[in-house]
Amino acid sequence: MDISKFTPHTVYTIYIAATPEQVWQALTTAEFSRKYFSGFAVELQEKVGGRFVVRAPDGSEHITGEVMVCEPPKRLSVTFNVTWPGLVEALGETLVTYEIEPAGDAVRLTMTEAGDRELDDDIYSGGRTGWPAILSGLKSLLETGKAPAIKMEPPAKMLAALKRMGVKLPG
Amino acid sequence: MTKPEFVYVTYIETTAEKLWHALTDRDFIQTYWMDCILTSDWKVGSRMTMERYGELKNECVILESDPPRRMSYSWHSVFDPDMKKEKPSRVTYLLEPQGKTVKLTVTHENFADGSKTLPSISFGWPMVLSNLKSILETGRTLPLDAPELAATETAHMRG
Repeated sequence: MDISKFTPHTVYTIYIAATPEQVWQALTTAEFSRKYFSGFAVELQEKVGGRFVVRAPDGSEHITGEVMVCEPPKRLSVTFNVTWPGLVEALGETLVTYEIEPAGDAVRLTMTEAGDRELDDDIYSGGRTGWPAILSGLKSLLETGKAPAIKMEPPAKMLAALKRMGVKLPG
Repeated sequence: MTKPEFVYVTYIETTAEKLWHALTDRDFIQTYWMDCILTSDWKVGSRMTMERYGELKNECVILESDPPRRMSYSWHSVFDPDMKKEKPSRVTYLLEPQGKTVKLTVTHENFADGSKTLPSISFGWPMVLSNLKSILETGRTLPLDAPELAATETAHMRG
């Protein structure tokens, strides 16, 4: 897959009082992700071509992907595909990139979501509402030791757009 | 086609009242807004000015105020000749309590195509709002180097 052909559609930047290594660990390990990502477990094989999984609290694979760029603790790109049946076929693959840069003695974390085709803006509302909740929790966890519970659910307009595209929604 | 606008959402463990105070108190704002001083009585129709190191950066007018839920003001960047020629843009704060947190949505919109102000504010808001979250949750601001980052903001604006 040629990731240079992917176009960014959602960017979220957040500054965190932590080291780049701490931010990398929080983004890539289940021990941390369960605390800020609604109990979901991130599993990463830390090498290009390695597997990336976000596991739901019931143990099922919610998101799966492949590691495309792996430069700890600076840059990680993974394909990031929700496992709903027919979803990748309808939307194409999603690429998520984390850039971790020093900013004074803090860290600037930039998350970019990119796709290989242009989609209805309503489809992107899922990421645009999800990332601020996930990364706000990650920041709180690293700065205070605890992430507040933030309720997350798929936005109605995203579900409606998927339905229009003929994707069968789970549940 | 996406509208030329900037939207940023952050969840802060605090109350809407404390967040409203943090967004409107001159002395408190100065601690997290990269040394910027915001002066206003925050009443609808009033002026609000934003200054840094004695230089007037942005001239604003309060358009809506519904404490502690919603605030809106116009924004006119006057420190750069090209930006000064642009029509004023509009900032809206929306504060929505959710559990132990408040969801803060900052929408900055009404930009002309090719606006120079839009890339500048897109760089500035995440820093200011990350710092706001830190000070409300931990009592401390981020260990950023404010003068250096203020310079980066200007460099970024010049693109």
